[in-house]
Amino acid sequence: MKLRIVVTLKPGVLDPQGKAIEHALGGLGFDGVESVRAGKIFELEVAEGTSDAAIDDMCRRLLANTVIENYRVERAA
Amino acid sequence: MKAAVLVFPGSNCDRDLATAIRDVTGSTPQMVWHADSELPAGVDLVAVPGGFSYGDYLRCGAISARAPIMGAVKEAAERGVPVLGVCNGFQILTEAGLLPGALIRNAGLDFVCRDVALTVGESRSAFTSGYTPGETIAVPVAHHDGNYVADAETLDRLEGDGRVAFRYAADVNGSARAIAGITNERGNVLGMMPHPERRIEAAHGGTDGRRLFEGLLAAVA
Repeated sequence: MKLRIVVTLKPGVLDPQGKAIEHALGGLGFDGVESVRAGKIFELEVAEGTSDAAIDDMCRRLLANTVIENYRVERAA
Repeated sequence: MKAAVLVFPGSNCDRDLATAIRDVTGSTPQMVWHADSELPAGVDLVAVPGGFSYGDYLRCGAISARAPIMGAVKEAAERGVPVLGVCNGFQILTEAGLLPGALIRNAGLDFVCRDVALTVGESRSAFTSGYTPGETIAVPVAHHDGNYVADAETLDRLEGDGRVAFRYAADVNGSARAIAGITNERGNVLGMMPHPERRIEAAHGGTDGRRLFEGLLAAVA
């Protein structure tokens, strides 16, 4: 089973990396970029039947730091 | 004093920390590999060193915080054993849940490596017992991810309970409320980004870090 786990910074958490990317886009002449937030994507292959609870546990205990990040699990078709 | 210094793949301040502890306390700490699951019996200080453990993969300190030795560190902390995390050690302690909040990329994006002025907080922990609250000391920082963040409620609680051990006298990395170091509720776990182990003897350019270890020694002895 293929999973895609998207980890993003919580709203309000400063993202200097996103800011730097935003400025670089402006430098390339792309006007109107109002905000960039950088995140992470993890692509996992897990055994069929892996429970939602186990996947959620993986996210909370390692893949995301829930103090500063949110996560979302997408199941590949 | 029976101290243990943890060593992770990519730790690079472990020997500095061990030397500082030896110089101040007169006893040589035991180096403990991350893959071990037990601390030396009767340990009375656990030191988590700076460095770039696991190359900062995933998040700074994230992988190390889940290392086998950390179970024993949590148990020791619960028993009241002092646990000191410096720089990457602070990041590891927050990732392990031993301290609240998180450390993210410096607001200015630069790696900051220089002496900074720190104001000693109102903390009543043994770690700051060698200092006077409000006093200013000079200790170096060397980090890319030292920007302390936590929600407002946590920050209020840290300040209200006197758990801010050190603050930057002037902004260094964008840290919330200029926090450079905090303790847990009980006061036996301290995490700080600046490196007190780099200011132990006059040849280091100052000795302001020494009193942190002296205070600990006095508390343990």
